[in-house]
Amino acid sequence: MNKTFTLKNVFVEGTASVVGPSEGAGPLGDLFDVILPDDIYGESSFEKAERKMLLESLSLCLKKYNYRPEDFDLILAGDLLNQLISANFAVRDLNIPFAGVFGACSTFNLSIGLGSLLVEAGYVDRVIAGACSHHQTAERTFRFPTELGVQRKATATWTMSGAGSVILSRQGLVKVKEITFGRVVDYGLKDTNNLGAVMAPAAFDTLKRHLQNLGKKPEDYDLIATGDLGSVGQIMLKHLLGDASLDAGNLTDCGLLVYASTQDKHAGASGCAASACVFSSYFYPLLCQGQLKNVLLLATGALFAQITAQQKDSIPAVAHAIAFEKVE
Amino acid sequence: MRERESPQSKRYVRLVEKEQPKVSLKSNLANAFLIGGGICVFGEIIRTYLLYYGLSNDLASVWMSIALVFFGSLLTGLGIYDEIGRIGGAGSAIPITGFANSIVAPAMEYRSEGAILGLAARMFIIAGPVVAYGLISATVFGLIRSVFR
Repeated sequence: MNKTFTLKNVFVEGTASVVGPSEGAGPLGDLFDVILPDDIYGESSFEKAERKMLLESLSLCLKKYNYRPEDFDLILAGDLLNQLISANFAVRDLNIPFAGVFGACSTFNLSIGLGSLLVEAGYVDRVIAGACSHHQTAERTFRFPTELGVQRKATATWTMSGAGSVILSRQGLVKVKEITFGRVVDYGLKDTNNLGAVMAPAAFDTLKRHLQNLGKKPEDYDLIATGDLGSVGQIMLKHLLGDASLDAGNLTDCGLLVYASTQDKHAGASGCAASACVFSSYFYPLLCQGQLKNVLLLATGALFAQITAQQKDSIPAVAHAIAFEKVE
Repeated sequence: MRERESPQSKRYVRLVEKEQPKVSLKSNLANAFLIGGGICVFGEIIRTYLLYYGLSNDLASVWMSIALVFFGSLLTGLGIYDEIGRIGGAGSAIPITGFANSIVAPAMEYRSEGAILGLAARMFIIAGPVVAYGLISATVFGLIRSVFR
């Protein structure tokens, strides 16, 4: 219980990312592999566009690194929609065994964590871990129709459109070093328009356990990147870290890196794609180039459904921590 | 004790309330007034125009409402009304154009699930409750009025 796994033999071999047009127009726009021309991506529904993004990011993992489907033992991926329809449908043409993973917006880290343990244990040689989200499909699943003239709260985050995938194997420049799976944390908050504040205690809990288990301090990482806490969630996490006398100097948030402040996305980007795309196209290259020595990715997820919110239940949250390190 | 009922959680909930970003009541009210007022002025222009061409007062009001519903629907279809709503808030939700928006937006959204179970069944998910409770309160107030006439 409460274990942090320390791995010796698992590496990120490569990454691929696909994002929507407004994410492509943000500050990291030039770094993503594919930017969609529009939100619907030539499909007849946004759900189909979302799964096409995931399929494209998975296929890119094969194409960019010259692999064939039979070189992979397993795909671990997930999304935010009911019955994981994006992931389940995306992989049907790939001819690679698949296990669907759900951790809400922490899905990317959960996929990497599970995949890395399988590689470390020697059961598989090479797996792909991925996650995707789409603004319009998430709005429909969790909120209102997109064309409805509602005013978003300042605390609300903006589910981003995108998909990110990584190849995990026994070779590569970036090592998957430590994994701490999160405990489901519920501090009794109910506001689905303020998920940053809901998830901050989960991020804090996992981070604290991760550091305690390893006897480390936050300063031991070049960067501690939460998934999609957004501006409000980050303030709350800093409060919690401050109360525990932990330094928050190297803290960043994937969701806060995606959009420019002029894009009017309120508290920042959220969704599975936030950590998936920012890690794949921003942190991973920086680690490969040695500009970052190690990064602790702390993807966060709010584990609610519209039904639980309408029944006035509080929102449980989870965060999974994975430390990546540049191989010397 | 469950974590969500612990003193630590309660303290955190209070802290979250304290850290809510401050919304400017002044600019929100001003935006709602300008956009809501603008829609009403537009309606008045239509009504005055109709009266000028000889329609009766009652008929001009009805046609004005129909015209506003049309423009609300058109702007929703063009993807403009949600942008107006983002700024106007209640100013664009309360007028009849907002009612049109609340029906057309889900109709567009659920078109992909077909004309019957998608579009037609779902178009009232937001306006439906307004109609239901509107009818109930109209009945109640109608009864009260008939008693105290």
